[in-house]
Amino acid sequence: MGSPSTAPSSVDSPLIVDGLGKRFGDVQALDDVSIEVQPAELFGLVGPDGGGKTTLFRILTTLLIPDSGSATVLGLDVVRDMWEIRARVGYMPGQFSLYPDLSVEENLGFFASVFGTSIEEGRSIIAPIYEQIEPFRDRRAGALSGGMKQKLALSCALVHRPDILFLDEPTTGVDAVSRREFWDLLHSLKESGLTIVVSTPYMDEADRCDRVALMQHGRILATDRPAAIGALFPHPLFGVRGHDRVALIRTLREAPHSASVFPFGGELHYSDTRTDMDPSQIASEVRQLLHAKGMEDAEVRSIEPGIEDTFMSLMGTASSTVPA
Amino acid sequence: MSNAIEVQELTRKFGSFTAVNAITFTVGSGEVFGFLGANGAGKTTAIRMLTGLLAPTSGEAQVAGFDVFTQAEEVKRKIGYMSQRFSLYGDLTVRENIALYGGIYGLDDGEIRERSEAMLGHLGLRDSGDDLVASLPLGWKQKLAFSVALVHQPAVVFLDEPTGGVDPVTRRQFWEMIYAAAADGTTVFVTTHYMDEAEYCDRVSIMVDGRIGAMGTPAELKAEFKVGTLDELFVRLARPAGNATVAGGGG
Repeated sequence: MGSPSTAPSSVDSPLIVDGLGKRFGDVQALDDVSIEVQPAELFGLVGPDGGGKTTLFRILTTLLIPDSGSATVLGLDVVRDMWEIRARVGYMPGQFSLYPDLSVEENLGFFASVFGTSIEEGRSIIAPIYEQIEPFRDRRAGALSGGMKQKLALSCALVHRPDILFLDEPTTGVDAVSRREFWDLLHSLKESGLTIVVSTPYMDEADRCDRVALMQHGRILATDRPAAIGALFPHPLFGVRGHDRVALIRTLREAPHSASVFPFGGELHYSDTRTDMDPSQIASEVRQLLHAKGMEDAEVRSIEPGIEDTFMSLMGTASSTVPA
Repeated sequence: MSNAIEVQELTRKFGSFTAVNAITFTVGSGEVFGFLGANGAGKTTAIRMLTGLLAPTSGEAQVAGFDVFTQAEEVKRKIGYMSQRFSLYGDLTVRENIALYGGIYGLDDGEIRERSEAMLGHLGLRDSGDDLVASLPLGWKQKLAFSVALVHQPAVVFLDEPTGGVDPVTRRQFWEMIYAAAADGTTVFVTTHYMDEAEYCDRVSIMVDGRIGAMGTPAELKAEFKVGTLDELFVRLARPAGNATVAGGGG
């Protein structure tokens, strides 16, 4: 309401969020959040715990009422039309929320019956996922491995053929290989026309989404295609390698035009405040500085910023609690 | 210099299922050792044996100079442990949590008071010492949990996914704390699902189906397997393990 939303609203958008706010005591869990998701889009909410992702999901699945703003899911209002929305959305909460004492098949049958359908009626949509766990259909859900629990939970969220799917951190605590396989599954669901909104704390997973919103402290820092997010990074960025990492970090932080220095896997990312200078010239200056300080093996190259670079830079400007 | 952890043919079976299959490795004092593996590969079972919580079926392991099989209580006194989930009590204050763990590890009142104040000052939490832990942001909770795991100055600290869900800046600050602890001589044994963090370790091992599939410095492993990142190596090693693995122990 009254928020300066610049995105063109379309009646066909399966999800429109306009200026949502929600407060719990002293905590502003959501602060003027606006997003719009297109049909068959795979849309990611990316950010650390405490960013507001779960609160947003709970409002969109009608489990929580917002303090301010409005949202429509499939054209239905999340407060006024809650019963209609519930029948048409699929929701996989962050906490494992199946019945551990029921078998795989009993869990799935239960969720199907709650929505007035059956496993057989839902089979065509869940088949690619359910077939992977069907050999264990008689096993108690509590005795499944992490990856299998996740596939069962996804099957339960899909069995009633929802028109939009909400997945709250489906890959948290899951190993790197299972995470990749899960994203492959989401892509095949998207190809079949399903709209999917998924949250994750893993920045590297943002690249698997069509568009992402970066969330921190209840606010959206940026919304765009993953490839475009990097362009929001404000400074020239360089990858720096060398064996004496501690000396590199200290020297780069004290360098005259240093904007930020962070370890990134096997290298350091160094950003420089001189935005209008040729990056190759900056790289050669920085290389000379490091060599002069005794780090003869230091390599410096100009690189494109990724989502995590941008996220940290936006965090720095949006919050006072983070050191530069 | 002696090794902080020495493991010989360590094995644990649950019925017919072999969760940990004759693993052998050493970790040096002051080393940051990354213990990686897919879900169900046997990491949790191995850690439970090394921390004296689970008896091995066969093989040997010494942690901080004590045998995990025959001297489990001595081992527990010499190690710290922090998990992603329930390391601290949310309905106790910051000071109460420190006092509780300090007391469990046998520190006297004077030591607890002294180390509490030092810890709060170091973490910048002096004004929050009487706040409930539940009210702290996650990043602070995790930094506090790490400091509490070190309150009795253990020889080895085990960190089980310490940075899950933490924002990227705090994640990096957390690793600076890990380096500082290692520089003080504490051996750090850490699991993570963030493959970029694996690159921050002195050495890493990757468990596959109860065995160690690869072990070495990140640079050595990338050269040996001709991959650009540890993520690529992890996927290559873990993929043949399939997805039909069943949780052996904790789950």
